[in-house]
Amino acid sequence: MTPVVAMGIVHEAGGRAILDGVNLQLETGMLTALVGPNGAGKSTLLGILAGDIRPTKGSILVQGCPIEQLKPARLARIRSVLPQKTRLEFAFPVRQVVELGRFAHAGGRRISRRNDAEAVESAMSATGVASLADLSFPTLSVGEQALVMIAKVLAQDTPVLMLDEPTASLDLRHEHRVMNLIRRRARQGGTVMAVLHDLNLAARYADRIGVMAGGRLRTLGPPGEVLRPALLSEVYNHPIEVLDHPSGNGPLVTAADTGTGVFRGGAPHGRAT
Amino acid sequence: MDNLRTRRVITLAGLSLVVVTMLVLNTGMGAVTIPPATVVSLLAERVGLEVGAGAIGVQESVLWSIRLPRIVLGLLAAGALAAAGVGLQAVFRNPLAESQVVGTSWGAAVGAAAGLAAGARASETFAPAAAASVTALLVTLLAYRIARRGPRVEVVTLILAGVAINAIAAAAVGLLVNVAERGQMRSFSFWSLGTLGGATWETVSVTLVFVLPGVALLALRSRRLNVLLLGDDEARQSGVDVRRLRVEVVTAAALMTGASVAAAGVIGFVGLLAPHTVRMIVGPDNRTLLPGAMLAGAVLLLAADLVSRTAVAPSEIPLGVLTSLAGGPFFLWLLHRTRRAQGGWG
Repeated sequence: MTPVVAMGIVHEAGGRAILDGVNLQLETGMLTALVGPNGAGKSTLLGILAGDIRPTKGSILVQGCPIEQLKPARLARIRSVLPQKTRLEFAFPVRQVVELGRFAHAGGRRISRRNDAEAVESAMSATGVASLADLSFPTLSVGEQALVMIAKVLAQDTPVLMLDEPTASLDLRHEHRVMNLIRRRARQGGTVMAVLHDLNLAARYADRIGVMAGGRLRTLGPPGEVLRPALLSEVYNHPIEVLDHPSGNGPLVTAADTGTGVFRGGAPHGRAT
Repeated sequence: MDNLRTRRVITLAGLSLVVVTMLVLNTGMGAVTIPPATVVSLLAERVGLEVGAGAIGVQESVLWSIRLPRIVLGLLAAGALAAAGVGLQAVFRNPLAESQVVGTSWGAAVGAAAGLAAGARASETFAPAAAASVTALLVTLLAYRIARRGPRVEVVTLILAGVAINAIAAAAVGLLVNVAERGQMRSFSFWSLGTLGGATWETVSVTLVFVLPGVALLALRSRRLNVLLLGDDEARQSGVDVRRLRVEVVTAAALMTGASVAAAGVIGFVGLLAPHTVRMIVGPDNRTLLPGAMLAGAVLLLAADLVSRTAVAPSEIPLGVLTSLAGGPFFLWLLHRTRRAQGGWG
């Protein structure tokens, strides 16, 4: 059964259409990347797929069941979500933040204590934050906090992962470490969706890329088919070239330098995606 | 980790020890002095043990019918207000939330005063406590509604809503005090400043009936409250039914505040001081914070009550005067700190 199916999603907020008829299926064993310009509706779509936002029209099926019929605890054993930003100002130690991800499994009962501890430790070592375990969360750098939140999501140990810009505040090494991690989750039979801004990360790691623009899913397919200069230049409103990667692994996307004044684009939407 | 765990254990043990010390002082000191050994032997006699320490009759009646009910009511009210503070701070995700600040306490006073005006007996307080819990709940939900904007609760709006609710509720209590038959109604200063002076075993048992389920519910939900600190969306993503949790916790806070206000009036800032002091030492984990804050609240209230009845004996300083003297400046400091952390909220 397809883990997550979105049908005819329309969403309006503040008198503006954010999503305008999106159909999407997240497939088992695949890492699906969602790319597109700011304001394309990527994060809203992720919020709707996660069950945080109820769409104006359309429906979401999670493992065949309408999402609004699933209790939060049940849903949290199916999908975990990495939000774009987390404001946690309370001085929890890192390990305890990761443990919060286990809530839906333990539900406060003792039986699963050992599973919990194992999931927490393995998530922390996978993301490389094990050495930070006893430090207070608010004292960490932004990048370290992001890794801890990713560890929390991994510790939740769900078949479906939804990540909103998981690599936004990570350095190059951790960027690839995290992308490798989530691709491995997909290879092991997981279903992973990630909103990404870096087209090359998407090209390198994703099995499928969905390009969003203006509240629509413009195209969805393997990186080699989807990353076309004409389409990308149009949706980003910026000249974009696609080359062959020197290593021979898929495409390499580069943006043209428009500093000399050929940029004819309209104003960006100025809204977080 | 172990470091933190050790600190938690030491804090809870230390607070328990101070509570025991306060119990000795509060049972012993006053117009009639009762030494700890006599207290123990009197209590032992009650459960049928003959210890044979020579207690005089006056000591027995003072201890049994005046000091003990007063102390137990103090423990209950302190635990209730501190626990309500922990709960409200978690669901409002705001360090400034507290029964008096949000309006819960004065909302409770309206219900309790209305209960008495309608003819309930002050010594029983069941009907007033029930009515107080209902009005406390309504007022708290109102404050939440007003202050909520999207997933966030606005600090300023919450406090301003509390100011308005307190003004309206105090006026309503004043009106009830004035129009009610003199017989069972309590004075306006009882409601506004609070006292444990009216404690009897009946008020104690009624208060217990309301406080116990409230505390039990919060204790069962403390893990969820930890998850809620991440944010509403994040808590739901992690599997918490946020809406239900919020209703449960606000209801628990209303029950506890309602019973405590019906029995002892509005005792300000206990729910603010106790959780914060403990949070600074043991961190934000509600599983430790809840018992810790209740113990700290007990220390605070027993100390205040001791000063209240011994400092200017034979008259009393109202309890709320003392807790507000300590809590008010603390609230200002918190306000200052919160504002700085948020970079102003013009």
